[in-house]
Amino acid sequence: MRKSRLWSWFWIFIGTLYFVVPLLATFEFSLRARKGTLSFLAYERVFKDPAFWKSFGFSLELAVFTVIISVLLIVPTAYWIRLRLPQLRGAVEFITMLPFVIPAIVLVFGLIRVFSGPPLPLTDTYFGTTALLVAGYVVLALPYMYRSIDIGLAAIDVRTLTEAAQSLGAGWGTILFKIVFPNLRVAILSGSFLTLAIVMGEFTMASFLVGIKAFGPYMSLIGQNKTYESSSLAIISFILTWAFIGLIQLLTRGRAEGQMAGAR
Amino acid sequence: MNFLTLTNISKTFGNTVAVKDFNIVVEKGEFVSFLGPSGCGKTTTLRMIAGFELPTTGQIVLDGEDITFTPPNRRNVGMVFQSYALFPNLTVAQNIGFGLRVRKMPVQEIDQRVKEMLSLIHLQQFGHRYPYQLSGGQQQRVALARALAIRPRVLLLDEPLSALDAKIRVELRSEIRRIQQQLGITTIYVTHDQEEALSLSDRVVVMKDGLIEQIGTPFEIYNFPQTPFVASFVGTLNVLRAKVLDADKGLLSLEGQTFYSSEPLKQVRNGDVVSVAVRPEIITLVGGGAELNQLNCRVETVTFLGSIVRIQVRIAETMLFFDTFNNPHLVLPQVGAPVTIYFPREACLILELTRE
Ligand SMILES: Nc1ncnc2c1ncn2[C@@H]1O[C@H](COP(=O)(O)OP(=O)(O)O)[C@@H](O)[C@H]1O
Ligand SMILES: [Mg+2]
Repeated sequence: MRKSRLWSWFWIFIGTLYFVVPLLATFEFSLRARKGTLSFLAYERVFKDPAFWKSFGFSLELAVFTVIISVLLIVPTAYWIRLRLPQLRGAVEFITMLPFVIPAIVLVFGLIRVFSGPPLPLTDTYFGTTALLVAGYVVLALPYMYRSIDIGLAAIDVRTLTEAAQSLGAGWGTILFKIVFPNLRVAILSGSFLTLAIVMGEFTMASFLVGIKAFGPYMSLIGQNKTYESSSLAIISFILTWAFIGLIQLLTRGRAEGQMAGAR
Repeated sequence: MNFLTLTNISKTFGNTVAVKDFNIVVEKGEFVSFLGPSGCGKTTTLRMIAGFELPTTGQIVLDGEDITFTPPNRRNVGMVFQSYALFPNLTVAQNIGFGLRVRKMPVQEIDQRVKEMLSLIHLQQFGHRYPYQLSGGQQQRVALARALAIRPRVLLLDEPLSALDAKIRVELRSEIRRIQQQLGITTIYVTHDQEEALSLSDRVVVMKDGLIEQIGTPFEIYNFPQTPFVASFVGTLNVLRAKVLDADKGLLSLEGQTFYSSEPLKQVRNGDVVSVAVRPEIITLVGGGAELNQLNCRVETVTFLGSIVRIQVRIAETMLFFDTFNNPHLVLPQVGAPVTIYFPREACLILELTRE
């Protein structure tokens, strides 16, 4: 008993080392921008660079649009498949997995080929290109978003809830926005977070469609040219990620517990 | 008054015929149960009344309006599900008020109605709770209140007590009946539990394989079953395999002893073997007189159940059981002792015959 507990702690210790040591090393390195002393100079430089804020804001906007479009697209689809077309679930699941199989580079070349000429020359305009990028991101986010929403739907008895709402007089709009969406809050949030993380760091599609304007290509450029700043960027994005996770945990804790208890 | 009429309703799923030629006329304020074993088409029939399934043939008329193809959200029909189906994201009060908000009722009136409903189900203090904070029985009461809040024309319940403990089930059963009587609401209740159907209903529809076997009051269904299936599904029975000695007189023989059924046996020839059912509560250990059948048997087991004592007896290979009420002066028969049991002629229900 005591021995096995000791081993557990040992492995936890090893695991922690595996994650923490590189992080600490990166952090320590990012503090060495000023020769001879430790300082936050690299962070200062990053935050003072207008390109940082611009690209960050731009990608955040893209991420928000991607999330909104994905949610509006996937929630009703996944709901309808569970409700009326369960025989299609396998096929749809396969389709949502395609982004894992098709590399982003192939996807972006495909998009550029199709949409750089008539009938829909999207790449000719700023808006068109951005829209194309968001569309591409919706596809990239598909596996994560669909998965979490489908799992969320599995946790509630959508069929009976739908019928209960119908018998009380509700139409499809009411059912979707008053029953389905609110009960998928946790699932939508976790899907959105993953989407956000993917879009913020995405490099391939962004660099081909909008280039340095997006955060991913910007980070990569910094990484190539500025040693200390790239380390500080890594630390910043790490902190951001954890802040997001913490936020989601905070928002979803009450509900998750409630659903556990409800599923007695 | 014909309030709810189902005419020639049938429903087919692919090759499965779930409901065949279903006809019933329900009066306003009546409590009707659909009773039958699992898979006999009770739920399907109820769902057609609710509008969740469309009949393959037939017509449903509610309050003079043909609702056969009306979408469920325009029927104004209340539905209670076995799984409660409360909206997890809404509080008890919001659940009850849901249908009223859909109807765009003014907020104050909604609050008023929700309060009424909460007191109707005796959960005044629970309005702000979420469904997961309630017990199963409480959740089902909220579901009932939610269905009733919209003042539906008909209340439909699909096995609403099946997910609950035995004790809560009996409690909630009388609660449902009380509320139904208080509101005078027309109610269709689906169950596979004969005790529920008999104790709650004004009329019971016994179903088997998608067909109606019998419609009648609980008294009629229990005492005058029209088919062998109804006789064996409703209540408990002793079944005797008896030989017909004289069909015209209703004379039967069991292991060399004779007894009578109350009527001449039709469609039966002398020498046929028939299954005769006798309800256990009609059998007694005391009696006499020519009007009562009597059979000599041996006591097999005596089981003390508190308010009643269940006695099992044997006549050669045939086992019968019956109950007597307990009282302190009761002299219990000894196991292995010979006893004579008595039952009236009209207690014999002829179930089926086998020709040899
Ligand atoms: N959606 C459906 N698709 C196919 N068959 C169904 C469907 N619903 C019910 N059935 C079949 O119809 C028959 C009656 O079912 P149901 O009405 O649920 O019975 P009950 O409620 O009496 O147990 C069953 O054989 C069942 O398998
Ligand atoms: Mg059923």
